[in-house]
Amino acid sequence: MAEKVYAIPNVQTPNVPVKINPEKCIGCNNCVETCQIDVFIPNPKKGCPPIILHPEECWYCGCCVTDCPTPGAIRFNYPLPLKPRWRTKETGEIHQLN
Amino acid sequence: MGTWHDYLKAEGTPPEWPYPIKFGEEKEVETDVLVLGGGIAGCWAAISAARNGAKVAIMEKADIRRSGSGGPGCDHWCNVPANPLSRVDPDEWAIQEMEDLGEYSNGIGIQIQCREDFDTLLEMEQMGGKIRDTDDEYLGVEGRDDETKFMISPRYSAKAGYGTHDDWRKPGFNPPETRNNVVIRIWGNGFKPLLKKECKKLGVEMYERVMATGLLNENGKQGGRVVGATGINVRTGEFLIVKAKAVIMSTGGGSGALWFMDMEHGGYDSSNASRNNSSGNIEMAWRAGAKLTMMEGSSQSRIGTGLKHKWYTGGADASYENVALVDANNKVLPTPTQGWADGGAMFSNNAAVRMDIKKRIEAGEFELPLYGDFAGMKPEEANATWNLMLTEEATTKIMVQTMTEAGFDYTKDQIMNYTYMELQPNDQYRTGRGGGLLVDWDLKSSLDGLYAAGGSMFSPSDHSYCAATGRYAGRKAAAYVKSVEPGAVCRKQIDAEKERVLAPAKRSGGMDWKELHFGLNRVMQYYAGGYRSEHLFDLALEEIKRIEENAVPELYALDPHKLMRCLEDLSMIEHAKLAILTMKERRVTSPALGVQRLDYPNADPEDQGKYLLVYQEDGETKFERIPIRFWGNMKEEYEKHNPDYAGVYKPEN
Repeated sequence: MAEKVYAIPNVQTPNVPVKINPEKCIGCNNCVETCQIDVFIPNPKKGCPPIILHPEECWYCGCCVTDCPTPGAIRFNYPLPLKPRWRTKETGEIHQLN
Repeated sequence: MGTWHDYLKAEGTPPEWPYPIKFGEEKEVETDVLVLGGGIAGCWAAISAARNGAKVAIMEKADIRRSGSGGPGCDHWCNVPANPLSRVDPDEWAIQEMEDLGEYSNGIGIQIQCREDFDTLLEMEQMGGKIRDTDDEYLGVEGRDDETKFMISPRYSAKAGYGTHDDWRKPGFNPPETRNNVVIRIWGNGFKPLLKKECKKLGVEMYERVMATGLLNENGKQGGRVVGATGINVRTGEFLIVKAKAVIMSTGGGSGALWFMDMEHGGYDSSNASRNNSSGNIEMAWRAGAKLTMMEGSSQSRIGTGLKHKWYTGGADASYENVALVDANNKVLPTPTQGWADGGAMFSNNAAVRMDIKKRIEAGEFELPLYGDFAGMKPEEANATWNLMLTEEATTKIMVQTMTEAGFDYTKDQIMNYTYMELQPNDQYRTGRGGGLLVDWDLKSSLDGLYAAGGSMFSPSDHSYCAATGRYAGRKAAAYVKSVEPGAVCRKQIDAEKERVLAPAKRSGGMDWKELHFGLNRVMQYYAGGYRSEHLFDLALEEIKRIEENAVPELYALDPHKLMRCLEDLSMIEHAKLAILTMKERRVTSPALGVQRLDYPNADPEDQGKYLLVYQEDGETKFERIPIRFWGNMKEEYEKHNPDYAGVYKPEN
C-alpha cells in the first residue's frame, strides 16, 4: 500500500539547518535548551530526537552542534545558498561544501 | 529526520505544543535590581550588582547559558589599554577611541571600557575563562607574550587606532616595538556558560525564556521613576511582573533587521546579532518616558554580498581581518590594514578603497572571484586565526568545524569571497546605528531607577564594552538601591501592558509576524534608504500609520513563541517610527549619521555638533538637542564618579 500523503503547506526555507542522527541522538534535549531561538522543541516521546520546529529562524550560531554531548548526533547543515567554496592554492582546484 | 513533517508522517498527527500554556496567568516577583536581558552586558550587570550586595533577578528570553549576541563566543577583548603589555595610557586611548569612532560616539562608555575592561577580563579569568595561552599552543605567534602568555591581536594595533593606513604592508610598517597592544585574543567560546554559573553561585534569580515587554513607572506615570518591569514567558505565555528598586536595560540594541530580514537566504538576521537586538530597549524606554538619542543614525551594512553569506562563510569583508584578500590570480588586493604588515591585518571598511578596487576590477587589473588567502599566511599565524580567532568567535566555531570536516585545510586553502561580483561594493543595505538610551556617568538613563548597559545605550560598542559597562551599571545600580525604598507600581499600567502583550495570542488568523516584518522593512527600504527627503519621510510615516491601523489589530500568534516574534515586531514599528521622526527632525546631510538628504544637501550649521534627543512627555513627542561631548573631561568625570572603585573583585575564598 502506498505511503499516506498528508496535506502540508510548503515547508519553510531553509528547512534543515541541522541534521540529527537518530542512531546517535540520545534525546537529552541539550540542543533544545541551548538554542537561543527555540528552533527545536522536545520530542513528545522521551529519549527521541527533538523536532525542528522553527528551522528558518536559525541564525547559524552552531551552539546546538558544538555543545552537543553526543558526538555525531547532530551535524550542521548550511543551506544551499550559503555553502562556502574554497580553493587549494597550489593546484587551483575549487571545492564546495556538500 | 527531525523535521516537523517527519514527525507528522511518523505519528499521523502534528506534535502538541510541548510546554504548558499559561496565557493570562501571572507571576509576581520582587527584587532590588532587575536586569533585562541576560547577554554579556546583562550577566556582568547581574554579577556585579550581586557582588555589591544587591538582590538581583534577570529576565532573559533564551537560556542564559548561550543567550545574546555574545552567547556563542568572542575572540577579541577589544580596547584593553589597561593591560600590562599596553603602550598607551587608558585615558588618552579613550579620547583617541572617542575621536576615531566619530562625532557621535559614546565617550562615557568608552572611558569605562578603557579604564575597567582589563579588570573585567581578569574577573572572567577568576571564573574560569581562558584569557591566556596557558597550554602553549601558540608559541611563536606574533603578538604572543611569553611571560604573561597574553596573545596581543593585530586588530587596531597601530598607534593611530581605528582607521586605515596608506603605508600598509610596507616593510617595517607597525613594528612590534611601537604597537599599542590594546587588543587581546581570548578563548571566549567558554565565557557565557561560566557567566551563568557565576550568576547561579551568587544567587541571582534567573527568569529564562522570559522576554521583557515593558517598564513600570512609579504610580504608572510616564517619565516617573522606574520601579519594575513586565515580561512574557516565550514558551508558556505566563506574564511576569517584577517589582524592583532599579532596572538595568541590557536587552541589546535596536534591531539590525529594521531594513531587511531575509530568512530564506541567511538566517533571519544576517548580522552577527541574531534576533537578540529586537528594538525592545528602544520601545520600552520610549513608552516609559526615557530619553533616547542617535535614533536617526543609520549605516550601510557590509556583511557578505547583500544577504548571501554570513560574516565568515566566505565573506572576507568584515572579519578575516588578518587574512589578506587576493584575486583569482593570487594578486593581493590593496585593502588597508589596522594591524601589522606580516599579519596582513585588513579591514575593508573604507568606501574609497572599495570604489578603487571596483574600478581596477573593471579595468582587468584584478580578476574575480576573490579569496581569503589562509594559505598565504605563515602557518603559525594561520593556525592562530583558524583555531583561536575563528574557533572562539561567536558564529564561526561551527564554520571551522563544518569546513574542517569537509576537507578545508587552512595551511593550503583559500576561502572564496563574494564581494564585488554584483557590481556594487555591497553596501546597499542599511541598518540602524547607535540608537539607544541616553546615559550619564552612572550609566543611568534620564529616568530615576533605570540604568543601561551594553548595546542598549546610545552608540555602544563591542563585547568587552558590553562586559565593562554591564559590570559598571550593576555596581551603580547596587549603590542606588541602598538609598531608596521600593516604589509603588500601578495596577492599571500592568493591566494595560498585559492586554497589549496578549492581544495577538487572542487571535488565530489575520496578519502573521513575518508579513508585518517584511512590510515594515519595505517602508524603511523605500523611504529611509539611500536618498532621503522630508516628503519621503512623510510617506513613510503615513505607511507606518496604516500598518498600525490595519495590520497590527490583525496580528496573530498561535503559540507563545510566535507571540514573542509579534512583540518584537511591534517594538520594531516603534523603532522605525522614531527613526523616521528623528531623521525628519534632523535637517542635514551627514555622513557621520549615515544620512544623505536630497532636500538638505548641506549640513545645517545650527544642527552640527549636537545629539538629538527624543522622548515622550504625557504622550507627546518631544525633541531636545544637547552638545556632543556633553560628558565633559572623561578622565576627570570618571574619577569624580568612581572615587571608591575597588578594582578586580576579590573572591572571599
